[in-house]
Amino acid sequence: MKAIVTVMGIDRKGIIAKVSACLSENNINILDINQTIMQDLFTMVMYVDMSDSENDFAYVSKKLSEIGEELGLEIRLQHEEIFRSMHRI
Amino acid sequence: MINTNEIFETIKMIKDEHLDIRTITMGISLLDCVDSSADRSCDKIYDKISRYAENLVKTGEDISKELGIPIINKRISVTPIAMVAGASDAKDYVCFAKALDRAADTTGVNFIGGFSALVHKGFSRGDDILINSIPEALAVTEKVCSSVGVATTKAGINMDAVKRIGQVVKKAAELTADRDSFGCAKFVVFANAVEDNPFMAGAFHGVGEGDCVINVGVSGPGVVKSALEQVKGADFGVVANTIKKTAFKITRMGQLVAQEASKRLNVPFGIVDLSLAPTPEIGDSVAYILEEMGLEKCGTHGTTAALALLNDAVKKGGIMASGYVGGLSGAFIPVSEDAGMIAAAKCGALTLDKLEAMTCVCSVGLDMIAIPGDTSAETISAIIADEMAIGMINQKTTAVRIIPAVGKKVGETVEFGGLLGEAPIMPVHEFSSADFINRGGRIPAPIHSLKN
Repeated sequence: MKAIVTVMGIDRKGIIAKVSACLSENNINILDINQTIMQDLFTMVMYVDMSDSENDFAYVSKKLSEIGEELGLEIRLQHEEIFRSMHRI
Repeated sequence: MINTNEIFETIKMIKDEHLDIRTITMGISLLDCVDSSADRSCDKIYDKISRYAENLVKTGEDISKELGIPIINKRISVTPIAMVAGASDAKDYVCFAKALDRAADTTGVNFIGGFSALVHKGFSRGDDILINSIPEALAVTEKVCSSVGVATTKAGINMDAVKRIGQVVKKAAELTADRDSFGCAKFVVFANAVEDNPFMAGAFHGVGEGDCVINVGVSGPGVVKSALEQVKGADFGVVANTIKKTAFKITRMGQLVAQEASKRLNVPFGIVDLSLAPTPEIGDSVAYILEEMGLEKCGTHGTTAALALLNDAVKKGGIMASGYVGGLSGAFIPVSEDAGMIAAAKCGALTLDKLEAMTCVCSVGLDMIAIPGDTSAETISAIIADEMAIGMINQKTTAVRIIPAVGKKVGETVEFGGLLGEAPIMPVHEFSSADFINRGGRIPAPIHSLKN
């Protein structure tokens, strides 16, 4: 299953490192990363493949949220289909 | 990969503009639960609902987590109970309502609809008993919703039923007087009732439906308002197009969730209801969309035109986004559930008469309106008759969900909390309609019912 990780918040050191480490621990492969600073806000979108992950969606989602809380960021994990459905026919 | 801006647009809609899936409603046929013994029938009903909807709530929560979109309500609609209970020996059907309530508790849904009867042309024995049982059923159960269809374009208006429903509403208000007459918030009377509506209080599983079906209702007034903020001052062509594009995106979410729920529960997908359903939260209001179009307050002159544009554009935008569209589909205008409507009613901009005009062009009808507790049953029946006439003549669904709040007067407020919100008591006309209502009989079907 492919999913999208979005990260939004104040920029600081180590954001990508922590998020990537979490994904790696859960055996999730990063297919693409897009990161930019928009109006002083750090925004990152990761396209990830969860098909080899032994942990379920809810578990990984919770782990990422915890990192978000720790770093003062909003981190979401969502199935790619919600974006594809809304914006593509 | 999907465009980053599109990803953040979706997230903004969910996070800041209250985009959500309002309800996943499982429709369950109870026609095979008929029995000459009411006890046995109630057991069959409880067992079937509990079995079929066992995983409904959990599946809804799972989908919500994976897609990252809130799914607010998980609900059940069933075959009109008058049809199921009619074969039984019961003299009153409150026991059936209790069985539905128990099933709702067991499955974890927040409402179950279908304590209903369709009497647009006359009463069968089951209909008769069910209508008599409604006030008590609403008072002694928590989650059971009730509806009665009293008119259709094809059959006309059953004015005997309209008269009785006025009394039913009064009695339901009295029996729940200690809770701001909350019983009436769970009861709705229809013209041209639809069989696949996923929204409460009017959801029931029509007899033309299959054994079990998944229907989904979407929402997103906040998203539409926010999109219109970007086109301030533009002409109505731009306004309509902006609403259409937004409605398309909202409805795609409904279609996705409906397909997922259908697949995971192994139940056929019925319809997506293309609705703009408000909640009392700030920023989730249909009234504010109308005001965004340029009206100082919802209810002032121009409101009906604004609502007509909105309702039509929502349908045009949504229709291509879903394989099967149905239910009530359009903009809802419940007073107590919409912060903008509440504010407009409180300051006197929005009156009952204006709301009646608005129901000619909105998706349903007079919804969640509180009126003084001393309003007579005949006046309530007359309000219902007017609304049924609008539905009958315009070949649309109309409905009345009205709360004569016991002990309360104009200027006071009823508070239900949660999604049902609060409603200021609105004045009704003081001149009597009693002689009109007491005539009885049927108003014949209009000429345009003869299409064959």
